[in-house]
Amino acid sequence: MITFDAVTKRYPDGTVAVDRLGLEARTGEITVLVGPSGCGKTTSLRMINRMIDPSEGRILLDGAPVDTVDPPVLRRGIGYVIQQAGLFPHRKVVDNVATVPYLLGWNRKRARGRAMELLERVGLDPAMGERYPFQLSGGQQQRVGVARALAADPPVLLMDEPFSAVDPVVRTNLQDELIRLQAELNKTIVFVTHDIDEAIKLGDRVAVLRVGGKLAQVADPKTLLTEPADDFVREFLGRDRGIRRLQFVSTGGLRLRTDLTVREGADGRGDEPWLLALTAEGRAAGWLARGRPGELGPAGTFRHGRDSMRAALDAALLSPSGHAVAVDEQDKVVGVATRQALDEALTEAVHG
Amino acid sequence: MNWLVDFFGDPAHWSGPYGIPVRLLEHLEFSALALFLATLVAVPLGLLIGHTGRGHLVVVVSANLARAIPTLGVLVLFVLLLGTASIWPVIIPLVLLAVPPILVNTFEGIRGVDPELRDAAYGMGLRGGQVLGQVLVPVALPLILLGLRLSAIQVVATTTVAAYTGLGGLGRFVIDGFATQDYASVFGGSVLIVLFALVVQVGFTLVQRVTVSPGVSRRLKVRDSGATSR
Amino acid sequence: MGDGPPSLWEWIARNWDTGRAGSIRDLLSDHLLMSLVPIVAGLALALPLGLACIRWRWLYQPTAAVFNVLYALPSLPLFMLLISVTGLSPVTVIIPLIFYAMAVLIPAVVDGIRAVPEHVRQSAVAMGFTPLRRLVQVELPIAAPVVIAGLRVVAVSSISLVSVGALIGQGGLGMLFTRAYQNPFLPPVVVGIGLIVLLALVADGLLVLAQRLLTPWERARRAT
Ligand SMILES: Nc1ncnc2c1ncn2[C@@H]1O[C@H](COP(=O)(O)OP(=O)(O)OP(=O)(O)O)[C@@H](O)[C@H]1O
Ligand SMILES: [Mg+2]
Repeated sequence: MITFDAVTKRYPDGTVAVDRLGLEARTGEITVLVGPSGCGKTTSLRMINRMIDPSEGRILLDGAPVDTVDPPVLRRGIGYVIQQAGLFPHRKVVDNVATVPYLLGWNRKRARGRAMELLERVGLDPAMGERYPFQLSGGQQQRVGVARALAADPPVLLMDEPFSAVDPVVRTNLQDELIRLQAELNKTIVFVTHDIDEAIKLGDRVAVLRVGGKLAQVADPKTLLTEPADDFVREFLGRDRGIRRLQFVSTGGLRLRTDLTVREGADGRGDEPWLLALTAEGRAAGWLARGRPGELGPAGTFRHGRDSMRAALDAALLSPSGHAVAVDEQDKVVGVATRQALDEALTEAVHG
Repeated sequence: MNWLVDFFGDPAHWSGPYGIPVRLLEHLEFSALALFLATLVAVPLGLLIGHTGRGHLVVVVSANLARAIPTLGVLVLFVLLLGTASIWPVIIPLVLLAVPPILVNTFEGIRGVDPELRDAAYGMGLRGGQVLGQVLVPVALPLILLGLRLSAIQVVATTTVAAYTGLGGLGRFVIDGFATQDYASVFGGSVLIVLFALVVQVGFTLVQRVTVSPGVSRRLKVRDSGATSR
Repeated sequence: MGDGPPSLWEWIARNWDTGRAGSIRDLLSDHLLMSLVPIVAGLALALPLGLACIRWRWLYQPTAAVFNVLYALPSLPLFMLLISVTGLSPVTVIIPLIFYAMAVLIPAVVDGIRAVPEHVRQSAVAMGFTPLRRLVQVELPIAAPVVIAGLRVVAVSSISLVSVGALIGQGGLGMLFTRAYQNPFLPPVVVGIGLIVLLALVADGLLVLAQRLLTPWERARRAT
């Protein structure tokens, strides 16, 4: 656990970058620091590994003040990932990843072995280990940066806007990758970003800072979206806060109808305006409109119980019928969530 | 061309204390000595100023001044002031003139390293000396070597001129030949000096090839293994 | 008076204008001429060559390589080798200095013009500038700071290098050095070094001034 105990940072020119910050980053969780530019995120992060020393207050790592440890020694036990990756251009990728193991005195073979293993872990072909950084794309460099931070298996990882310099597609990949990695590794991660979507996607807990380095609110993403502490946080979360909140409402309780499906090729019958055609394997083939046999409209699907209400709503909006199709892990249709069912669930989400 | 045949074809020019081999070794010795001493002073100073960022005015001023000061004048000045009892009155100005190019380029090289890189290095847990030695110097090496090469060019030229004030080396053939109107010697000596300078230039290019990481010089072609995301 | 060696100032006063060849004033004007020609000629040759290197990209590598090698050659042997062609004249000293100047200025011209942002170039094209007008009115002014920085290096080193010519009797103020060495006597060296450094500083200052006048927007930017 990382504890900020009334930490203030005043730069020599008088700028107060962080103002009496009290915050805990729990072990095994991702704590995201988010806020507008200049609000002191980087400063806060860099005080943890003593790249910057606080003017007042203390930072504790598992109860021990960090200022009692020799900075280089402290830093070797804390992974650090920065925006442009900061890879050493003169060293091959594998040796970049092995930087801290080398510093810790591991022999070359063991350090390189570990580096290769990590390259694979972060989704890179180990053959890339023999390249130099300039021979990699930005996204690949960023993965190497993460691998390098993980090399000596530090319990704590500090990440300063690590994904903000890559294009949106690559950024989404990297975020998913981080979530997957964290599920395996259970590190204590402090992650800085100015992107609220990224914060909500990645954070177990999100700390919102305001300019001047004051903590505005710290909470899990759901609470943050439902109960913003004040106008600043509300503003920062943005206008589509309501929709985003649905990300945290489960589809498990959604009432499903199973009487709206027919086998593909069969005719529409009864008085339902829309019926869902199924393939032989039980997957969704498309929506059939009454009176227009043979014409299939696209069917939006969501994983029942696993995807959020936001995904279910999205699926409904993609279907001409206005209903969302619930599927299981094998993409087999388990039922249909009608507009009425969605409406009930939404009403419950707002009040419940 | 006849002069060159006269000069290089005369067996007397190939032996004895005033022969080509001795003059060549002298030239090498004085140049190497001056360059070595200058490196000893300029590289650590450049690293220090570049790494700490303090005292960069010294570097800028010394660079500009060094270019303006006439080498022949300084050589004559030192010899008139200190006499010719030893080679030092000549070697000292050689060293002084060789310092600035190394100093400036070492300084610029270190200062020019991407601050993110320096930051990442400290963040990994490297100590100050390790950051300098393992990151800053390898990345700044092309510029440091450029400084050494420019300085070597300067030293080889100044050693030649220094023959006028009595120093040995290949310049002797030129200076003495000119004084006695022995044009075979003047031309032969000139060709030798030009060759010497070219060899030094090639030598530095080779050193650069060997010591600068391909990751810095970007000399490698990208070999795409096809496993990339873009 | 009359006994002992003359003071520095006495010596200067006595030798400033002797009416014979070799007075300080003569040497000074020789020196000015011999250093001015390489600067001007160097620029006049480097500009078209640099532009050619931009027009035909393949030309730059070999050109730069050739001048890099020339730059590495000491001046004295070059003077000596040239004597058989141009004799014992100032031209013999001036020619190698032109090569050195070109070695510095060609990359400066190329880098300077390559540094012109593509969108600036494109908008000049879009506004209908002919290539020549674009060069003169857009690209060269933007490249000027880099070229002038190169010129400053060239000016200062040419002024100090001319003095080596004294070893073949064509060295401008450098003649004071050989004179001082032949009948061991300090004042000429001091005066020679002093005047050469002074000339270099003045030339450097003039070029800084020229840069200010030619690129007023740079100054405005610095002031904000
Ligand atoms: N070395 C410094 N000296 C003086 N002021 C500084 C220094 N570093 C940062 N600041 C100031 O402290 C404040 C916080 O800076 P910090 O870099 O922590 O912000 P940030 O939240 O990371 O911003 P961004 O999102 O733009 O990266 C800013 O006002 C900044 O200008
Ligand atoms: Mg920041």
